[in-house]
Amino acid sequence: MRERTNLEWCVGLTSAQADAAIADLRLILLRGLRYALANHGVTEPDLEDFVQDALLKVLCELASFRGEARFTTWAQKVAVRVALTELRRRRWRDISLQDLLAGHEESDFTPALLTDQSPDPGRVAVRGMMMDTIQRIIAEDLTDRQRQAMLAVMQGGMPLQEVAVRMGSNRNALYKLLHDARKRLQKRMLYEGMSSDDLLSMFNES
Amino acid sequence: MKRAILKPGTIRKMLQMIAATRPVEIGCDECFEQLDRFAELELAGKNATEAMPLVQEHLERCSDCREEFELLLSMMKAVTDNDSCG
Repeated sequence: MRERTNLEWCVGLTSAQADAAIADLRLILLRGLRYALANHGVTEPDLEDFVQDALLKVLCELASFRGEARFTTWAQKVAVRVALTELRRRRWRDISLQDLLAGHEESDFTPALLTDQSPDPGRVAVRGMMMDTIQRIIAEDLTDRQRQAMLAVMQGGMPLQEVAVRMGSNRNALYKLLHDARKRLQKRMLYEGMSSDDLLSMFNES
Repeated sequence: MKRAILKPGTIRKMLQMIAATRPVEIGCDECFEQLDRFAELELAGKNATEAMPLVQEHLERCSDCREEFELLLSMMKAVTDNDSCG
C-alpha cells in the first residue's frame, strides 16, 4: 500500500476512481480495529460491519476534516467512535435507567446505611455524619436529572453515551449537565465549610 | 424527593471529581475534535498534556472519551507496528 498525504487521501476518496483509496483505507481500519478490539469479544463479521459503517461516516464527514492530524488518524478516530458506540449499546441494551437506579435510591425517611469497616467507632460516627451531609446536599442542590445521571454514571457504571440515550439527550449535553452538577456541589460544599481534600482523606482511610 | 444511597467508593469518586472541577471544561464533542491530534502527540512521545491541557483534563474526567482515546492509541500502534515490520 502506498503512502498518501492528507491531500492525496481527500482527493483519492472523492475522485471518480475512489475504489483504490477506499480499499486501502478499509484495510487500515480493519487491521487497527482487529488489533485494538482483540479482547472485546467481537467477531470478524462485527469488525467488517464497524469498518463499513466507519467508511460511510468518513466519506460523509470528509468536509469536516481540518488536516490538523494525519488523515488516517482522523479516520481511525471515527472508526473507534463507531465501534465503541455499538459495543456499548449491545452491552447495556437490556438495562433501563429505572432498573439501574432502583437499588440506589431510597425514600426521604429511610436512614442511609453505610457498611463501615473502620474499627474506630468515633471515626464511623464522623464518617456517617459526613455521608449524611453529602447525601443531603445532593438531594437539595441537584435537579432530578443531574442526580439520576450522576448516580447512573458514578455508581451504576453506565457509559455517558447510554445514560444520554435513556434521558433523551446526547453525550455532550450530558457531560455539561454533570459539569454543572459538580460545580453546584463544589459551591455548596464551600458554603458549608467542607473541604474536598479533608473529606477525601476521611474516606480514603479504612 | 428521593435520596441516593451512595457507596463509599462512589463518594470517593464523587469527591475527587468535585475537587478537580474547573469553571470551564471542554465537553465530549470538543474533546473528540482534538483527540486525533492529541493521540499523535502522545504516540510521538511529545508532551500532549502540556500542549493540550483541556483535552487531558477531559480524558481524566470522562470514561467514555478515555476509552475511545485508549482504543485509538492501540489502533495507531497496530498500524505503526505493522508498517515498521514491512
